[in-house]
Amino acid sequence: MEETEITGTDKRFIQANKEALWATALALCYFAWWYLSAYIPGDVPVEAYTYIFGFPTWFFLSCIVGFVLFSILAALMVTTVFKDISLASSDKGVEKT
Amino acid sequence: MINYQVVIPLFFYLLLVYLMAIYANRILSKSDNFLEEYFIGSRDMGGFVLAMTLVATYASASSFVGGPGVAYKMGLGWVLLAMIQVPAAWLSLGVLGKKYAIIARRVRAVTINDILHARYQNRWVVILGSLSLVLFFIAAMVAQFVGGARLFEGITGLSYNTGLILFAATVIIYTTIGGFRAVALTDAVQGVVMMIGTTALLAGVVVAGGGIPAIMAKLSAIDPALITPAGPDHFLSKPFILSFWVLVCFGVIGIPHTAVRCFGYKDSRAMHRAIVMGTFILGFLMLGMHLCGALGRAIIPELAVGDMIMPALTLKVLPPFFAGIFLAGPLAAIMSTIDSQLILASATIVKDIYLNYIRPEANTQRSSTGGKNPLHRLSFYTTTIIGLIVFAASFNPPDLIVWLNLFAFGGLQAAFLWPLVLGLYWKRANAAGAMAAMVTGVASYMILAVFVKRVAGMHVIVPTLLITLGVFILASLLTPKPDASIIRLFWGDGQEREHGQ
Repeated sequence: MEETEITGTDKRFIQANKEALWATALALCYFAWWYLSAYIPGDVPVEAYTYIFGFPTWFFLSCIVGFVLFSILAALMVTTVFKDISLASSDKGVEKT
Repeated sequence: MINYQVVIPLFFYLLLVYLMAIYANRILSKSDNFLEEYFIGSRDMGGFVLAMTLVATYASASSFVGGPGVAYKMGLGWVLLAMIQVPAAWLSLGVLGKKYAIIARRVRAVTINDILHARYQNRWVVILGSLSLVLFFIAAMVAQFVGGARLFEGITGLSYNTGLILFAATVIIYTTIGGFRAVALTDAVQGVVMMIGTTALLAGVVVAGGGIPAIMAKLSAIDPALITPAGPDHFLSKPFILSFWVLVCFGVIGIPHTAVRCFGYKDSRAMHRAIVMGTFILGFLMLGMHLCGALGRAIIPELAVGDMIMPALTLKVLPPFFAGIFLAGPLAAIMSTIDSQLILASATIVKDIYLNYIRPEANTQRSSTGGKNPLHRLSFYTTTIIGLIVFAASFNPPDLIVWLNLFAFGGLQAAFLWPLVLGLYWKRANAAGAMAAMVTGVASYMILAVFVKRVAGMHVIVPTLLITLGVFILASLLTPKPDASIIRLFWGDGQEREHGQ
């Protein structure tokens, strides 16, 4: 990271950058799930549709499973990657990992 | 005819909202920093309120009236489109993130233009930002008012104009007297109401339709395309639906009334909790509301105006008294979007324009006479006047509100997304880049949206943001680097260097 070229870098920003990258990555994963589960079973003729709990399979997987799964993954991301740091204007140090 | 059984619970709901505004006004009058309390609630939001206010802000008339209305016509494919918004909470809180919250505290930001001001130190960036914010917010608020009044009309039997007056008066009054704290608190209550309303309505629809398999069979009999991702006549083509990933998911990072919430929280823990709760609640509401619209086609197949589906369904599947309570759900969604835009538009005019460029000394002359600071009055008046302008414009409403609303939505993203995100994460970004990006962003979005409509099958926000990104980078690289003091403020430890300045 190019952060080091500045003296007195706020260490909290390094953690913040990491969290921002994770948030973006998780959104991309959700996109992949949403896309693949919607269009692989959904882009076939309606007569060939299968159903789960009454919903077309594509809808059940992308909209219902996808939503529940990624709510859980978001919670996991927050508990494992995100750190409890001070938001005060000057750096009082990052909490120990 | 007026449906009293519906009107009475609604009336109590509105009363509750007023009470919260009064409570917030109490806190406001005790606060020793009027501006920070009125416009950002002293950056004091906990996890629950933050989650609710974020969700309530996303869930606007387009998701509760227009969105289900389109889902009624497009079927499950439109629900798929709505679910694109699931990552919005973790994405906007995570990407702007703690860095943004820390910097907001360093520069005592109240609006997002405060952040732009600190980062670019250029008056034109702030003025352009303020202008586009106020203009687009007014357009968006008109769309929301129209949605709210139409809903009122559909359910209570009161006329559109009466609905508009009651509805607009409530929003304007509680926002004006209570400020940001009232907005966030009512958003929290409104979020809960939306959750209950969505659950009840969805359950009612499923029961009325005789279960999911029966509803799917009915939809499929009306038009098999209603249960495909592409929708009738392949309206939801892949390039079109994929471009909504930019418009309603990645792009929301740059929406000012979302972004301002991303530094309004108390501590890291509040942010973490808001990500967890916000993601779940947002996904639940998006799924539930749009699914109601899509499934509603099987229950009430012959509606001419899709926008009427939510009120029509509510009245059809729920007993009238409950219908009144649950109508409050979508109404709450609309109010909570308007209130956040209203308070931010007002903050922009008072803080970004008046205090920065018209009378910078006004903030310092506080209560020297013991009486009310003129700034307080100015803030109240500004909020009221913007509210009244929007209200007046809402009397002659356009038809499909979802498009009008999306127009403002995209325009705001075109103006703010790159200046905010690149400002935080790209050291080389400078005022020339930001300014060029704002001008080309808004201009190209308007031109494309009006004259081109779809580019290669995509919503015009995609080419707009690409052009804007290119212009931003190019203009920044062709002009000098930002000042070392800015780099210290945004990348350094925030303390003045001993030999500095």
